[in-house]
Amino acid sequence: MTATLNETTETTVTTATTSGASAARAERPVVPGDAAFHRLTAAQLKDFGDEMDAIRQRVLASLGDEDRDYIHRVVKVQRGFEVAGRALFYVPPAWPLAVAALSVSKILDNMEIGHNVMHGQYDWMNEPGLSSRMYEWDNVCPSDQWKYSHNYIHHTYTNILGKDRDIGYGILRMDDDQKWHPYYLGNPVYAALLMVFFEWGVAMHDLEVENLVAGKRTLEENKKIYPGLMRKVRNQALKDYLLFPALTGPLFPMTLAGNAVANLVRNVWAFNIIFCGHFPAGVATFSEEECEDESRGHWYYRQLLGSANITGGRLFHVMTGNLSHQIEHHLFPDIPARRYPEIAEDVREICERYGIDYNTGPLGRQLGSVAKKICRYALPDSPSDLKALVPGFLRRRLAA
Amino acid sequence: MSITGSILRSRAVAALTSPHGVDRFLEQVNPMWAAHEVRARVVEVRRETDGEHPVATIVLQPTSTWRGHRAGQYVQVGVDLPGGRRTTRCFSVSSPASAPGERISLTVRSHAEGVVSRFLVEQARPGLMVHLGQAEGDFVMHESPATPTNNHLLFITGGSGITPAMSMVRTLLRDGYDGRAHRKVTFLHYARSAEDQIFAAELAEIAAGDNHVDVHLVHETDGGRFSEDALRELVPAFQDTDTWACGPAGMIELVQAAYAGSPRLRVEYFKPPMTASGTAEGEVSFARSGQQAANTGASLLEQAEALGLRPEFGCRMGICFSCTSRKTEGTVRNVVTGAESSLPDEDIQICVSAPVGDCVVDL
Repeated sequence: MTATLNETTETTVTTATTSGASAARAERPVVPGDAAFHRLTAAQLKDFGDEMDAIRQRVLASLGDEDRDYIHRVVKVQRGFEVAGRALFYVPPAWPLAVAALSVSKILDNMEIGHNVMHGQYDWMNEPGLSSRMYEWDNVCPSDQWKYSHNYIHHTYTNILGKDRDIGYGILRMDDDQKWHPYYLGNPVYAALLMVFFEWGVAMHDLEVENLVAGKRTLEENKKIYPGLMRKVRNQALKDYLLFPALTGPLFPMTLAGNAVANLVRNVWAFNIIFCGHFPAGVATFSEEECEDESRGHWYYRQLLGSANITGGRLFHVMTGNLSHQIEHHLFPDIPARRYPEIAEDVREICERYGIDYNTGPLGRQLGSVAKKICRYALPDSPSDLKALVPGFLRRRLAA
Repeated sequence: MSITGSILRSRAVAALTSPHGVDRFLEQVNPMWAAHEVRARVVEVRRETDGEHPVATIVLQPTSTWRGHRAGQYVQVGVDLPGGRRTTRCFSVSSPASAPGERISLTVRSHAEGVVSRFLVEQARPGLMVHLGQAEGDFVMHESPATPTNNHLLFITGGSGITPAMSMVRTLLRDGYDGRAHRKVTFLHYARSAEDQIFAAELAEIAAGDNHVDVHLVHETDGGRFSEDALRELVPAFQDTDTWACGPAGMIELVQAAYAGSPRLRVEYFKPPMTASGTAEGEVSFARSGQQAANTGASLLEQAEALGLRPEFGCRMGICFSCTSRKTEGTVRNVVTGAESSLPDEDIQICVSAPVGDCVVDL
């Protein structure tokens, strides 16, 4: 958590804490989990950063027709699934197919297209329809608010406690350094609710409710984002829960339910993929102090240690918006995501040379690890924390 | 189409296709279907001149969303260049005034450094789709061709600056009675050489016809260059004659000097005048990239590019606003209008803004 003086050089280098690595907890030197991370010297960080920059330059220079054709193809497929999904609701026996098609459409729209386009991955093509400044996704969170909280806050301050509001989303306890409170006994329940209502959680994220409660933000500050949020919510609700159901006439309830299920499927899928990107065991968090005057090399290093990948086939990667390569995405958020698998080979090789852990695993394992962490952090770190559960007058009596 | 168009542009369809909009679905079926955007298919490419800087006329069939143009206007043309980058430039329409949905043509000279013009002249083939804006610009004729007048109209053009004037003359002859302009028209054009003369055959035909249009073609190879004396000889009262001048900056500056501020002169540059006006002082800083250098007096876009930055740009002449960037401090001069502005945190078009002294831009 704190910056320590490295013995081999005179420069200050940083340390990272692993959260939930209970094995490392036993030693608990100055900072929990320090031992689990290989620390780089300032000189190594510089070289490491240069190597990452070189990858970036190489890929940027090679962007071209293939990347353009690829995203056009994905858009075509997404539009196809969307139209097919809407149309199949007119054929009652095809209801499951309709839901499946619409779910695929929404997943592609939000992940491989929306998330990536809004990162500016395709801005170099100068196409207004695929420009980060113009793109709006099929999700209740308005794109401009998303770009602020995600592109700016989350991607700049990745896994810095107190800065990155994506650590537990202000709802969950996901790290050692978040102090336990009886509220967190509900951790698994909150996580399940967040999963089901994920798009709403994402939209509400920008209201910074946890900061409102803590008095760090005023309702006044939220007022300016209400109109955009309300407009987006209205547009999304209007088409999914009124217009398209109404167009199917007597099938209104079936279509309404189908649209709701498609939104739910997208919510559950996106939640799980995203939680596997930052919360499996072994992912590091950082303190504000150790990221002061951060070098470019350390920024890359922090992105790498703060993310985790999921292994899988090509179709799986596409359906995750290539966020199965969360590590590469965090290193190069504005490079077209279809390039992440190819970049990953170089990144792994570099990690091996520098002795840095590269966190990856199959979906099942990463999900299990995340679930374990959600449950583990529901509980207090030590029995003494449980005292908080005991009402004050009892506590005084017990002490006496 | 109009009923279909009204339906496609309705609020109901917008709500159903939210958040992407109806065009994002239509284009997947047929690129010529559009409810809001304007696209066009190239139907013919005609070589006008050969040589080092060849010229071609590109005939376009726009989508039904094209609202037509007035003779003299220009249009933004976006081309998907090999390499995946869409690049947008402005071109005057050379065909006569068009009604909504009608074909138009652009006449384009290929320049070594002009990626779009070079692509259109040398690689465009029938079937290619391009992206259009709606017609823009005030360099237009204010008279109705169908109403004869005793006004005298004067066109002074140089090189490919002939295109908007050609659109106006073609409109006069197409829409006037019996193919005549029914007013005195003087068409004075400067070309580099006879081989470089655009529309040579059509101009010869116009010159030979009984149509009230006088055509004067001057070629630099014969020692011809714009001069006030020559103009006075041709049109003694030129300062009191409605005039449209379009051509390279150097020629336009001479024309403006000859007219001495007369309101009858309307000009259009096809490249903004460059600003080597001797006030290149101070330092230019690009905040986001941390680059800085001594002010050269060129536009901020050029200075940024000289430092290896790649800011977004489009028309490079102050029209499309693609290059709009935030100037955080300093004074800039608009090289087209000459207006200076010192507001902090101001959005400026960097392609036509040159720094006056120290300047910081968020690039």
